[in-house]
Amino acid sequence: MTANTTVKPPLAERPTLLGWLRKNLFNSWGNAILTVAAGWLTFVTLRGLLTWVFTEADWTVIQTNLRLILLGQYPIAEVWRIWVSMLLLAFLIGNSLSIWGKGKTSTRFTVGLMGLLFALAFVVSGPSRTWLLAMGAVLGAGWWLARGAGKAMRNVVGIGWVVWPPIFILLLRGFTPDEGFLPLVGTNLWGGLMLTFMLTIVGIVFSFPIGVLLALGRQSDLRIVRWFCITFIEVVRGVPLITILFMAQLMLPLFLPSGLTIDRVLRAMVGITLFSAAYLAENVRGGLQAIPKGQYEAAYALGLSNPLSMGLIILPQALRLIIPILVGQFIALFKDTALVAIVGLFDLVGIARTVLAQPAFLGTHREVYAFISLLYWVFSYAMSYVSIRLEDSLGVGKR
Amino acid sequence: MTKKLYPVLGLLLATAVLLAACGGSPAPATGEAPVVEQPTAAPAEIIFTTPSGYGVTLEAVQSRGNLICGVNSQVPGFGYVDADGNFSGVDVDYCRALAAAIFGDATAVEFRPVTAAERFTALQSGEIDVLSRNTTWSTLRDTELGGNFVHTTFYDGQGLMVREDSGITDIAGLDGGTICVQTGTTTELNLADVFAAAGVSYTPAVFEDADGTFAAYAEGRCDAVTTDKSGLVSRRTVLADPDAHVILDVTMSKEPLGPMVRHGDDQWFDIAQWTVFALISAEEFGVTSANVDSMMTSSNPEVLRMLGAEGELGAALGLSADWAYNVISQVGNYEEVYNRSLGPDTPTYIPRGLNSLYTEGGLLYAPPFR
Repeated sequence: MTANTTVKPPLAERPTLLGWLRKNLFNSWGNAILTVAAGWLTFVTLRGLLTWVFTEADWTVIQTNLRLILLGQYPIAEVWRIWVSMLLLAFLIGNSLSIWGKGKTSTRFTVGLMGLLFALAFVVSGPSRTWLLAMGAVLGAGWWLARGAGKAMRNVVGIGWVVWPPIFILLLRGFTPDEGFLPLVGTNLWGGLMLTFMLTIVGIVFSFPIGVLLALGRQSDLRIVRWFCITFIEVVRGVPLITILFMAQLMLPLFLPSGLTIDRVLRAMVGITLFSAAYLAENVRGGLQAIPKGQYEAAYALGLSNPLSMGLIILPQALRLIIPILVGQFIALFKDTALVAIVGLFDLVGIARTVLAQPAFLGTHREVYAFISLLYWVFSYAMSYVSIRLEDSLGVGKR
Repeated sequence: MTKKLYPVLGLLLATAVLLAACGGSPAPATGEAPVVEQPTAAPAEIIFTTPSGYGVTLEAVQSRGNLICGVNSQVPGFGYVDADGNFSGVDVDYCRALAAAIFGDATAVEFRPVTAAERFTALQSGEIDVLSRNTTWSTLRDTELGGNFVHTTFYDGQGLMVREDSGITDIAGLDGGTICVQTGTTTELNLADVFAAAGVSYTPAVFEDADGTFAAYAEGRCDAVTTDKSGLVSRRTVLADPDAHVILDVTMSKEPLGPMVRHGDDQWFDIAQWTVFALISAEEFGVTSANVDSMMTSSNPEVLRMLGAEGELGAALGLSADWAYNVISQVGNYEEVYNRSLGPDTPTYIPRGLNSLYTEGGLLYAPPFR
């Protein structure tokens, strides 16, 4: 007997389409009614949606304002800086896919992403096309170069991910005040999807260490530290994000000496970071409490000092445990940044609202909101996918 | 021992924070009162002692190199961002005019989108130099909220929209008709007042929200619909066939919208005020961005004084002599500004109505340039 001589089940039990339908969807009167009703509902909804998307909706509002929606009022002459950052990002993504991706899925995903970029390149025109083609090529090159990479390469790519956000922000902002190399682009010109990203990245990068510190501080034996952490966490968790943003935009300027103003985007970033840090602290505390006492004791038995045992034994395990929660929180943070539209910043939602006020496109609410929802979904899903990959490679839920 | 110290420390800390907060409140800028020489015609030089805030805003704006103008980014025709990423609208063009008056460069302005909630705080805290964001002039805003309104740039007011084929042109034409109105608003009360005063009878069809009101009108359940004119304009454009509806040249309430500046700097107030007057006077004298150069040799002495070809009116404001010339050559006169965003060729057309010159039956009336 060899592996490929499998015994087929009797005819009556072979999976046919009709048989499967009968078994799963129409196995009782109740289920049959449910199936028909659900099918009808799906059909009606889908038909309405697709008819609207392909025949009724007027997508010129998106075509005309695509740059505004993606980049806000960022000056056209400086857009190359964003593209350069995107090239770096594409390279990193290519590297990561081939290092942490899994065999065929990794290949398929890379080719899919490249295809998507090339397809986009044919939709747009002008210099964006060249940049998009370059992005696709760089992504592929990054994937190819990192194939069969060793531990050293992994570390380099890891460092790359840490270094990329500050580079991105520095490139966007520029250095020199007026003319010259990389002139300053004020944050009042940042907007669209880019600002949403910026707020998210800064929120994640800074709230993570602060949150971990707060979680550790909450368990500290030093009373002032503990009380400070508890007060901070409970106060910030006790108010909605929108009130924190309102405080930052409306109250803070009144307390500052006249003449001293803090950048509005910076204020929003600080508000979002502190808010996220308080929640993150509680998530990390949950992770810390899930580590058995034996681990602490083992660390002490090895003679490790308190910081060392935390850094080498406890935290790595605790953080690994809470990856799904953390990613959930970061996705929520990504979407929460939409609230800054209410305090007058031009993030994705803010810019959508001003696009709606253009006299040429009045009454295109559905098109604009549908498009930005799609953008939000694409990036939230990407984050979720990365999280699942990360969990797989770290073996969360298996050990 | 140490335990007892905590409450004391806490108290000290709290006091320090309070003091810091109080010290940081937006009091008028301190420092000794600057003594400025006022240019006068009198041969003897008279030295005025001016209040401490006088001139600080212009100085700050000039040393910064640009004007920061608080605007709305979501009102069609008044303030929005166009597809190229530039701010447009009537309120926005006023900011450009002010920048042109100060710097001779209409692009030396940074637009700061502010929401309705934060606009007065932003002005008070000095985050913006001037607020030009469809703000209605009212008593409390002019006093307690720490600002001064300069001359009104747009007289908004409650208007009426009807179907064009109905042939209605005024309130009397609506006698016995049905009017869609949002309930619980001043709009509903104004409607009742105006129609009672005109002796015209009507049936109100009231709705909870603006969407419902306009949906009912679109379905033909009413002969007319009423709300603020600028609102009617944006609502009209989302109707199935916008051209089939007209906004009547009737104004039923007072909504004077104008720029606002901080209390305490009269020089800045004057500059903001006279920029509006320059726009209005230019229309009155027929000075446009196209003919402003030839107007420099006009036979009308007031035009010459305004454009700085004669006299020193600019210096009185602390500006260059050609400040009004810059405003008109770069931004245009009131009519040009109005037509660019609200004129007949735009989707957001609003008839001039009250916003016509006093010579044409409107309310635009600028004091003489002298």
